[in-house]
Amino acid sequence: MTFRFALAASTALSVLGSAAAFAGPQAEVLHWWTSGGEAKSVAVLQQEFAENGGTWTDMPVAGGGGDAAMTALRARVLSGNAPTAVQLKGPAIQEWYDEGVLADISGVAKAEGWENLLPASIAGHMKCGDTWCAAPVNVHRVDWIWANASILAQNGIEMPTTWDEFNAAAEKLQAAGIIPLAHGGQAWQDATLFETVVLGIGGPAFFQKALVDLDESALKSDTMVAAFDQMRTLRGYVDANFSGRDWNLATAMVMNGEAAFQVMGDWAKGEFLAAGKVPGQDFLCASTPGEGYLYNVDSFAMFKVAGDDNVAGQDLLAKLIMGKNFQKVFNMNKGSIPARTDVALDAFDSCAQLSAADMAASSASGSLLPSYAHGMALYGPQSGAITDVVTAHFNSEMSSADAVAMLVAAVANSR
Amino acid sequence: MTRWLEHHLPKAVLAPSFLAVLVFVYGFIGWTAWVSLTRSKLMPRYEIDGFGQFVRLFASPRWDTAFGNLFIFGLLFVVISLVLGLLLAILLDQRIRVEGVIRTIYLYPMALSLIVTGTAWKWVLNPGLGLEAVVRGWGFENFRFDWLVNSDMAIYTVVIAGVWQASGFVMALFLAGLRSVDQEIIRAAEVDGIPTYRIYSAIIIPSMAPIFMSAFIVLTHLAIKSFDLVIALTGGGPGYATDLPATYMYAMAFSRGDIGQAAASAMVMMAVVFAIVVPYLYSELRPRHD
Repeated sequence: MTFRFALAASTALSVLGSAAAFAGPQAEVLHWWTSGGEAKSVAVLQQEFAENGGTWTDMPVAGGGGDAAMTALRARVLSGNAPTAVQLKGPAIQEWYDEGVLADISGVAKAEGWENLLPASIAGHMKCGDTWCAAPVNVHRVDWIWANASILAQNGIEMPTTWDEFNAAAEKLQAAGIIPLAHGGQAWQDATLFETVVLGIGGPAFFQKALVDLDESALKSDTMVAAFDQMRTLRGYVDANFSGRDWNLATAMVMNGEAAFQVMGDWAKGEFLAAGKVPGQDFLCASTPGEGYLYNVDSFAMFKVAGDDNVAGQDLLAKLIMGKNFQKVFNMNKGSIPARTDVALDAFDSCAQLSAADMAASSASGSLLPSYAHGMALYGPQSGAITDVVTAHFNSEMSSADAVAMLVAAVANSR
Repeated sequence: MTRWLEHHLPKAVLAPSFLAVLVFVYGFIGWTAWVSLTRSKLMPRYEIDGFGQFVRLFASPRWDTAFGNLFIFGLLFVVISLVLGLLLAILLDQRIRVEGVIRTIYLYPMALSLIVTGTAWKWVLNPGLGLEAVVRGWGFENFRFDWLVNSDMAIYTVVIAGVWQASGFVMALFLAGLRSVDQEIIRAAEVDGIPTYRIYSAIIIPSMAPIFMSAFIVLTHLAIKSFDLVIALTGGGPGYATDLPATYMYAMAFSRGDIGQAAASAMVMMAVVFAIVVPYLYSELRPRHD
């Protein structure tokens, strides 16, 4: 009822807005942040936008991890009526740019000095050709390993720094009757585990060649075989009933002591914190074994809009998204860290501070890499083809050599 | 004027729905066929590029699994539902008491949405939660029933849930068929001392051929467009072991931004439907000589 009213009111407002020459900044924002913490985070942006004299038209489309929103976006773009800003990320931004529908917000970006505020590889995602076309909201780190602190202490286990150490710890835990690895058998979770293994075993340079550049020699190398071998080993460390389990249920297994470790992005931290657990005391966070940093950056892509009020709204929105206050408040709600590097992190928890420090270090050393499993590195058909192989291997008795052969064929077939 | 109306009214009344079917069914079939011949990714593009999408489709191991599953699932689902439905119908046909109540109980699953069926069976078949855990709780520690999480067996759990849903409906169809057989003939056979099983196998079942045909067509198209049952029961997993063509098409079109590939898989699905329905229509529509 209230939604209907809001819709009617906003439609009326936008009609009024187009009748007048300039009725203040307007923005229609398509996103799928509809669950508790996320909705609260978006509300912060809405409020700031209103305080700066703008009129925000909310267009939340929940469902399917953004699939439903993308379907809505396609319909809007095909009918020539794109929203002002859309929650998009990674190469999908460039894909929409190739369709010729993204706006140029270089004016705001230059005025605000985004070039110096963002790590270079993240700034790269926000640019289309030579111009800026999107604004980053946050940085999720994907290659986290979470652990139950008391289980580790009871069994005399340190956080592993190599996959061999992890395997040794897992054997020990299994002997003690504890599930070593909490995992949910959904394709994207298998892919998340796989990319952290590739990063740990092959190192950042190999990850870049194999899962970002899709270099054939890297894809069929012995290092890739070793990565699949490790996946097979990990398969022995999950419980028999992992198929189809949601990631937050796996997190709960770590929380209540059924399982020792979970490999998952830092949205898992939200689950721990919501249950009143304290980082460093009840649960431990560390990067997955090996070097490097895999990021998953949420951002808003700006679509071409007509009318001064809409363009003004777009510029204001871009400016606010990258504003210090929003970046801080939003990310404290969501468990990620700010994309801009000059936000004070005193109020954040120790895991977030570690994440920010690692991001700065890996950006300097060139090991700040996009997550393939979360759609930051590859186009949809390609990352999907890799995930198909990874999940087929993990959920069957397929040999590593067969998996590598299948991987090469699948990547070639996806172009 | 009235005569003119009399003559043209049926056409005028039928025209809107005819037009709607023409555009929204056949028009979009044509559009999908066109798109399946292009290199469309995120958005449809209209430059014809040949049969590349079909080559990609049949080179994809995931499509192989999905297409193979269609035949495993389709065959088992249709055959088991028909056999079970017929059996139930024959048993119910024995003039038993409280037939109405039993009939409702068996028919009831059809009233549920496939999402509900899938979710309920997901819990029943979950080894840590459902059947396996219960039987183990009774003391049979070695009992194993983990088809749902076993990638070689998971497709059969979809068959189980599908059969559970559809066999009651098939039973109702057959029961109506059994009751419509001329009682005079049956009584005559009984008088002649023919055993009951022969009455069924030689008289009643052969006379129900048209009902078999309708049940077969209804079940087959249910099998081919099965989507929600798989999504709710297994989500296509473990891995992609329970993918069906419909879930493959959805993944390509809506999750991966590979519209050309989705269109190609849709065309193959349509070809399968045509391969089944066209002979049926042909046999139904040909002039009868009796």
